[in-house]
Amino acid sequence: MRRNAVLQGLTFAASLCIALPALSQDSGTLKKIKDSASATMGVRESSGGLSFTIGDGKFAGFHVELCQRILADVQKQLGLAKLDIKYQPVTSQNRIPLTQNGTVDIECGSTTNNAARQKDVAFAVTTYVEEVRIAVKASSGITSIAQLNGKNVATTTGTTSVQLLRKHERAAGVDFKEVFGKDHADSFLLLESGRADAFVMDGQILAGNIAKSKNPADFRIVGEVLAVEPIAIMLRKDDPAFKKAADDSLKALIKSGEMAKIYDKWFMQPIPPANKPIGLPASEATKAAWASPNDKPAEDYAKK
Amino acid sequence: MSTWDWQVFCKDTIDGEIVPRCFGGAGDITYLDWLLSAWGWTLSVSLLALLVALAFGSLMGILRTTPHRGLVLLGNAWTELFRNIPLLVQIFLWYHVVPALIPPLRGVPSFILVVLGLGLFTSARVSEQVKAGIQSLPRGQRMAGLALGFTLPQTYRHVILPMAFRIVIPPLTSEAMNIVKNSAVAFAVSISELTLFALQAQEETARGIEIYLAVTGLYFISAFAINRAFHFVEQRVRVPGMIGGGH
Repeated sequence: MRRNAVLQGLTFAASLCIALPALSQDSGTLKKIKDSASATMGVRESSGGLSFTIGDGKFAGFHVELCQRILADVQKQLGLAKLDIKYQPVTSQNRIPLTQNGTVDIECGSTTNNAARQKDVAFAVTTYVEEVRIAVKASSGITSIAQLNGKNVATTTGTTSVQLLRKHERAAGVDFKEVFGKDHADSFLLLESGRADAFVMDGQILAGNIAKSKNPADFRIVGEVLAVEPIAIMLRKDDPAFKKAADDSLKALIKSGEMAKIYDKWFMQPIPPANKPIGLPASEATKAAWASPNDKPAEDYAKK
Repeated sequence: MSTWDWQVFCKDTIDGEIVPRCFGGAGDITYLDWLLSAWGWTLSVSLLALLVALAFGSLMGILRTTPHRGLVLLGNAWTELFRNIPLLVQIFLWYHVVPALIPPLRGVPSFILVVLGLGLFTSARVSEQVKAGIQSLPRGQRMAGLALGFTLPQTYRHVILPMAFRIVIPPLTSEAMNIVKNSAVAFAVSISELTLFALQAQEETARGIEIYLAVTGLYFISAFAINRAFHFVEQRVRVPGMIGGGH
């Protein structure tokens, strides 16, 4: 009897694991939004100008605003009188599982669209192309990665930049010591306090941290672009109707010129909480992504 | 999500190709190599911090039971200082604040700082236990030692401490196991230990469940090995019939 109970428990647990993803696939996000008259947006606490908290459980940023536009269009399309938008903070670690299991309907953070992730989730058309750069102290005289030989280079644990640095270290024959910050603010502190000579990270995060620092003039973003990564809004996989709705509203924003205006609002104008601008004009790569909307993974950018 | 992919540990950390036999060589590093090196860092931080904790903790615990008010005050102040500040805050103080105040400390590797930080934090807890162990002995023991003509240090060395340490081995075992688990804070100051490995490798490989399971297993093995080692010591030093050592 006891054995039976254990078996039953196991089967129940197993069936839960199988049933949950199946459920989300059968119904589709649009139906879910229509039935519940609500949608859950995955947001980041601190992803530069893309997605960040302004306190009080409120979130803002370039991707957050784009998602609000998408959901407004979805509301119109479904003919809902009222759509309740919930904000769910996510992290690099849990954003994919939470999108898969239906906790989050649309993730509006700073997720790189790459081939490995495309096996688990889908992405809307690329709205922002990130360039990985090097930030140094202006007084250091460093202008390229080759000059980092024997220096301490900071980057943030749990980001793709760590792997990128490793690749460059071997390819270029440069030998530097990696220092890992536990988050971006911590990594920037390493650069500021002199524990690290350079901070390698996404350009907009570097620009944002420099803008917020005590003396922005002390820091400079230098050197070659180490990598180019398409950043996109993340959706559940195998839900073509919802992906089409998202893509269509983004394409409409690009066509009307709204996209460039929204970009300008978050990256060139002063933003909360410090009311300072990030000061990062749209890169050529970002403009190219807007000119021909696509959801190509990062691997396709690397081939160029 | 439902299928396992343990091959992830055989992947090269640079190109993501699966390496035969799982171990890299000639400058190539697989995730398995990295996992083992991370385990090494976790063990090094934990064991060295344990030494620091036992040395300072015992000393401060003993001072707190001496008849000299100054020494008692020193021991109490030490214990309260390190016990009442959160561990992560202490690690950041050692890493960011102390070197800013004392410039020569800038050159000290973060490994040493984290060993000190974790060791001193735990020393406060060890001090509390050693004190409790000493105070659990009847007062007559100390008086008898002094009456026999032992000096105070001799009384501690030959009468009090042999019994007190035997009594506190079980709580010290917990403390030693806690150090292994607390060593995870070292990731915050760039020590490439198991937690940093887990955070980074799961991001690179997108196989978080396998990575976290392996790391959890290694933490368990490490803490349990310490448990067994202390248990062995407890058995070896047991004196039948003595307080706390018998039964």
